[in-house]
Amino acid sequence: MTTSEAMRKNFGVVEAEEMVLNMGPQHPSTHGVLRLKIRTDGEIVSHIEPIIGYLHRCFEKHCENLTYPQVIPYTDRCDYLASMNNNHIYALTVEKLMGIEVPERVEYIRVIMAELQRIASHLMAVGAHGLDTGGITPITYTFRDRERVLDLFEYTCGARLLYNYIWIGGVSHDLPLNFVQYATEFLDYFEPMITEYNRLLTFNKIFIERSADIGVLPPDVAINYGASGPVLRGSGIQWDLRRDDPYSIYDRFEFDIPVGKGEMGTVGDSWDRYFVRVREMEESVKILRQALARLPKDGDVRAAVPKKVRPPEGAIYFRGENPRGELGFYIISDGSPKPYRLKMRSPAFVNLSVFSEIATGWMIADIISILGSLDIVLGEIDR
Amino acid sequence: MEFPEIVKQMEAAFPEAAVSVDETACCLLIVPERWPAVAEHLKTDPGTAFDVLMCLTGYDRGPGELLGVAYNLYSMEHAHKLEIRIETPRDDSVIPSVAHLWRTADWHEREAYDMFGITFDGHPDLRRMLLPDDWEGYPLRKDYQTPDFYHGIPIPKDKRGWE
Repeated sequence: MTTSEAMRKNFGVVEAEEMVLNMGPQHPSTHGVLRLKIRTDGEIVSHIEPIIGYLHRCFEKHCENLTYPQVIPYTDRCDYLASMNNNHIYALTVEKLMGIEVPERVEYIRVIMAELQRIASHLMAVGAHGLDTGGITPITYTFRDRERVLDLFEYTCGARLLYNYIWIGGVSHDLPLNFVQYATEFLDYFEPMITEYNRLLTFNKIFIERSADIGVLPPDVAINYGASGPVLRGSGIQWDLRRDDPYSIYDRFEFDIPVGKGEMGTVGDSWDRYFVRVREMEESVKILRQALARLPKDGDVRAAVPKKVRPPEGAIYFRGENPRGELGFYIISDGSPKPYRLKMRSPAFVNLSVFSEIATGWMIADIISILGSLDIVLGEIDR
Repeated sequence: MEFPEIVKQMEAAFPEAAVSVDETACCLLIVPERWPAVAEHLKTDPGTAFDVLMCLTGYDRGPGELLGVAYNLYSMEHAHKLEIRIETPRDDSVIPSVAHLWRTADWHEREAYDMFGITFDGHPDLRRMLLPDDWEGYPLRKDYQTPDFYHGIPIPKDKRGWE
């Protein structure tokens, strides 16, 4: 659809003088240092171009000068809202390259951490999307509960945001005393809270007006752009790497994959992407309950940690499901202790590339809501 | 479709395209000239149906050596994967763009151009992506020398105390 067609469809014929508007890189509603160059026709956006790179920290260049275990803290800082998932997928990539088998207990601990992190990340996304549409209260609720997840992480490894917890071949610390009990208490507390978010934000009339039917992403466009995670699932495609390309021990758990159904408007609108995240938190709770129940009692969590990490020569692409979608690492090894080339395929980078496609033809206030529904993290986009 | 079958089909359709085949890594090295036709075939043929470009990675074989790009393809329908690699000379590195087939390639090709200086022929908007527009050189090339100054600002190279 061309711009003028999209505008006509959404708002009828509008005649106004064009203006170029610069948003960012310092703008709270752009979720970081994203800059948007917008051509507006009155209030309507006729062309939009995201400009990125303001948080570029040469992650891939740094990796070439670091040993494999030293890269892990850097992956933390790429997507700082989902550090555990980044650690997990990076560790799995190197383990696959080296052919390391990790103990059962480690696998369970990793899944528990990854799913707790997914809840924390989605809480942030849900609250921030409310904030983008003008609801200031919901984020105080979601942050309150996110703190509880961070408390669990702090209890486990001492850090609240950047953990360096999941190592190649193991994890840095075993679970502390009574962790299972505290985690279960958290889940018992958290599950009813999802109903509360729904009453507060999801089914709020104003929020629905602001997000339903806005920024519709058709499924074929989503696949062609390589969108993944809740952005792809919001368009009605049941696709989750935890089920469709299983890694770690995800094939042992029972969980559903929520997809957008267009309950409030069209399939693939902002509201669908939002609601997929809310329902994914419920699924994470299900996985967590199963993992906590089946967690093996003993086992050395560092038993398989290699003394020297020197993968054999070769290249590998490995991917996993991060809260934002498909996180992949492409590593070329030349047999030395440092990666010859490491490329991070970040989900938010790819999901943001679809933004200009779906945001054109909407009002400026709407593009903020659409951006909120994409749930981007600039640390991961710019690397 | 398994990897040997894909290779067999490819060799029948494009006899001179493949340079080498890596069985263990499921990887095909092909010549740049045939890449647009091969890509089109891989995407549209119902037997292969590679509708997702998972990742596009630029790489450098070493100072004075070839530059390359690795494409990781995936088919949602058949759940099979394929890696295509294309290598090109360092001083005249041109690879045909596939941004019109997989829109994922648009930003990823810009990134590879930014970091390695590989030109993607036919790309709609080939500009620097992560680095400033006036940056000189291509940082991920193995022979890249960090400049002394950027706009008159000295770039610290003495790493004592922080490394």
